[in-house]
Amino acid sequence: MKRVLLYFAIGILFGITMIKSEAASWFRIYEMFQFKSFHMYGIIGAAVALGVIITQSIKRFKLRSFFGEEIQIPSKTKLVKAPLFGGVIFGLGWALTGACPGPIYVLIGAGYFPLLIVLASALLGTYCYGVLKPRLPH
Amino acid sequence: MNLISEPWPWYIGGPAIAAVLFLLLFSEKQFGMSSNLRTLCAMAGAGKKTAFFNFNWRQYRWNLIVAIGAAVGGFIAANYMSDGSVGDIHHDVVVQLDNLGVQGAGKDYMPETFFSPDAFSNPKTLALLALGGFLVGFGTRYAGGCTSGHAISGLSNLQLQSLIAIIGLFIGGLFMNHFLLPYLL
Repeated sequence: MKRVLLYFAIGILFGITMIKSEAASWFRIYEMFQFKSFHMYGIIGAAVALGVIITQSIKRFKLRSFFGEEIQIPSKTKLVKAPLFGGVIFGLGWALTGACPGPIYVLIGAGYFPLLIVLASALLGTYCYGVLKPRLPH
Repeated sequence: MNLISEPWPWYIGGPAIAAVLFLLLFSEKQFGMSSNLRTLCAMAGAGKKTAFFNFNWRQYRWNLIVAIGAAVGGFIAANYMSDGSVGDIHHDVVVQLDNLGVQGAGKDYMPETFFSPDAFSNPKTLALLALGGFLVGFGTRYAGGCTSGHAISGLSNLQLQSLIAIIGLFIGGLFMNHFLLPYLL
C-alpha cells in the first residue's frame, strides 16, 4: 500500500510538471518542430543532463533503492529498424495531436476531454502493433 | 516568478522531470509512459489471442497507478495552480497558426479548435485526433518507448536505440509539422 501511494504521488508530480512546464501544450510542441523556441529543447536537455548523472551514478556506485535493493536498470533491445520506423510513426502522431502518452492522461485530468479520443485510438494503435508485430521489420 | 500560479521556465521543468526519473528509479521502476497502453490492452484480455499481450499485467499495475496520478496532477495544476497565463509563443508561430485557422497561441494553453468540447461534434477534428492517437499508440510500441522512455530514460542510460528512436521521432514530427499539418488543419 505504501508503494501504491508512492507511485500515485510520483504520478501527481509528473502531471503537475507536464502542465506547469507546458510540455503538454500543443502550441509548445508545434513551436518546437518549427525550431522557434528553446523552451522544449531546454526542458528535455536539462532532464537528460541530470538524468545521465542520476542513471550513471546508480550504475557506477551500485546505489540502493528506497526499499534497500540494488537498483537494476535494464538495457533496451539492440534493434535499429524498430526504433527508427516506430519513432517516425510516433513523431507523426506527436506533431499532429501534440500529445505523447504521458500528457494524454495529464490533459484528460486537466479537463481537455477530446484527449479521450486520442487515448482510445492510442490503445487501438498499440493493439494493432501487437497483432502485426510478427510481420513487421525489427 | 511565482511557481504556483505562473508557467514554469525550462530550467524548472527539466529538473522536475529528472526528479520524476529519480523517484521512479529509486522505487525500482522505469520512467516510461507508453507501456501502460500495453498493460491496458493486456488487462482488457488482448493476451488471449495475441502473444505480445500475453504477460502478467498485474506486475505492471504500478504504471497504471502512475497514469492515474498523472491525471490527478493535471487536474490539480489546471484548477489550483494556474492564473490562466501561458508562456510566450514565438510571434512567427502565432501568425503562422492564425493563418492556418488555429487561434489562441500565446493566450490559451491548448487550441480550442482541437481540444474544446466542440471537437466531439466536428467529424474532421475527431478524425484527426483518432489518427494522431493511433499513430502515437502504434509508433511508441513499435519503437519500444516514447519521449519519457527513450528521450529521458534511454538517453540517460546512454542507449543507442533511444538515439535512433529520437532521430525517427524528429523525422516524423518535422514531416507532419511542415508538410502535412498545413493540409490537415
